[in-house]
Amino acid sequence: MAIEVRIPTILRNLTDGAKAVEGKGANLAELIGDLDARHPGLRDRLVDDKGLRRFVNVYLNDEDVRFLGGLDTEVSDGDTVTVLPAVAGG
Amino acid sequence: MRLMLTITQEIVDQITAHARADHPDEACGVVAGPIGSDRPERFVPMENAERSPTFYRFDSLEQLKVWREMDDRDEEPVVIYHSHTATEAYPSRTDVSYAAEPNAHYVLVSTREENETEFRSYRIVDGVITEEEVRIVGTYESV
Repeated sequence: MAIEVRIPTILRNLTDGAKAVEGKGANLAELIGDLDARHPGLRDRLVDDKGLRRFVNVYLNDEDVRFLGGLDTEVSDGDTVTVLPAVAGG
Repeated sequence: MRLMLTITQEIVDQITAHARADHPDEACGVVAGPIGSDRPERFVPMENAERSPTFYRFDSLEQLKVWREMDDRDEEPVVIYHSHTATEAYPSRTDVSYAAEPNAHYVLVSTREENETEFRSYRIVDGVITEEEVRIVGTYESV
């Protein structure tokens, strides 16, 4: 078992076009680190030195991780993480 | 490729009505269509989580729900629209910095004039804004 991570169109150039990839880790930061080892550049698109980038939404199952623990949110086998670009502007 | 948005009068009217209803706050939403069709068919007004006259953001949980629905129906966001309520219908710097759907038509409507709604469409790719022609039709079958 692993954690499924759903990747939006704009980031699929980093996953060889895959809509979903699998990874492991005890929390979201570890999971992103694990994915970045196989899909270099992915972490940089999701995280900056202040945490999750404001341009992306990351969900654990049905919850926005911003309302959980951000990068410290615990994840476990069988969970689904979904990444979507935030839709916003002025 | 010639850039153009082809859209029905009915959906133009729905977007315009949404923008008017939420004025002076910005209104936002998507029009979904079959993947690869470039045909905006299903009007989906969204909550502006910012409830602001100068900013908009899709509510993140509503966005997840709507994006899953599109996934299940083999659709994509063909149009992503929002309104400007005091300025012209042209993408702002913030609009450009957030634009993450290179295939989407970014529709801007301006409700700054009470009796006239500006309705314009753009592609925003890698930070570059390209305005495109908007062709309004009765139905897509007649195209």
